[in-house]
Amino acid sequence: MGRLKLFLPLLAFAVLGAFLFRGLSLDPKALPSALIGKPLPDFSLQALTAEGLVTREDLLGEPALINVWATWCYSCRVEHPYLLDLARSGIKIIGLNYKDQADPARQWLEALGDPYAVVLSDTAGTLGLDLGVYGAPETYVLDATGDIQYRHVGVVDETVWVQNLARFFPDPERELDTTPLGSSIGEGP
Amino acid sequence: MRGLVAVVSLMLMLPLAAWGVIETYEFSDPVLEDRYHELSQELRCPKCQNQNIADSNAPISRDLRFLLHSQLEQGASDDEILGFMVARYGDFVRYRPAVDQNTVVLWYGPGIVALIGLLGLVRHLVRKKRVDQPVTAEELAQLRSRLAVSEGESGAASMSKTVHTSDRAARDNEESS
Repeated sequence: MGRLKLFLPLLAFAVLGAFLFRGLSLDPKALPSALIGKPLPDFSLQALTAEGLVTREDLLGEPALINVWATWCYSCRVEHPYLLDLARSGIKIIGLNYKDQADPARQWLEALGDPYAVVLSDTAGTLGLDLGVYGAPETYVLDATGDIQYRHVGVVDETVWVQNLARFFPDPERELDTTPLGSSIGEGP
Repeated sequence: MRGLVAVVSLMLMLPLAAWGVIETYEFSDPVLEDRYHELSQELRCPKCQNQNIADSNAPISRDLRFLLHSQLEQGASDDEILGFMVARYGDFVRYRPAVDQNTVVLWYGPGIVALIGLLGLVRHLVRKKRVDQPVTAEELAQLRSRLAVSEGESGAASMSKTVHTSDRAARDNEESS
């Protein structure tokens, strides 16, 4: 026992080392949504590209992405072509136009293409606040029953889709449109 | 004229940028203002992760400060406000998260480690003190008789007659002779 005690510092070092090593591969910026597994908050917002109000119930029925975007957000322009690809392959994407103005936002969709099944005009950022949005772009996975399953902060691209998002949709092996990223700028959907 | 130049120069030194970043709020009650400062220090900016919302000029921090002000003016309690924020942004948003099963190690872990260290130190000191105790007359007599015996047996006259302060040293001596 006396001799074994001499190894205690080594043991303590090994435990500490294991934690620190694990820390190396963690992303300190990763911040899971507080709403994972919880229902999408209630809202009633003006539709951007259609007439009338949209409520929570209008979004239910099939899994969908909720993509938070704005015309002031440069990264949104970067991910836009990939969203068009996703939409073309049958993924339902709901747009949340976050703290933006309606006219420039509509012009953006006319110029770059509209990947969204519906766009909510969240001018004041109220739904954004209830969702815990802290910037754009952010993308949430909404399941068919209206619960939030996942949140991705930052640009959605092929890697993010395959690694984190595809598994929430019925056919994970779904063949994506293989046109190279960016080639769809300027085309209609 | 010189006075005017001095005044203008001093005015140029005012931190205009800081004014532009942090907006000012009017409070109906100075107590609310104190709570505003306290809470905005404790709430963490989700965007710029090592700043609180009082220090951060990120848009989200501005929004949260606005929200904090309006909730305080509406008479919400500290717990209500923190609960509102945590429900949306998670435990992350508080620099002092509530004690629950996820944060209990965070809260009490350092104290427990310090306690273990303190106990170890106390034990070490107590033991050291026991070893350092002077030899009693009885022990001394015992040692002398042993030394005499071993010297008589081996005839090693050069053997040191230094009195060792512990039984163990005496035993080692005996073995080596």
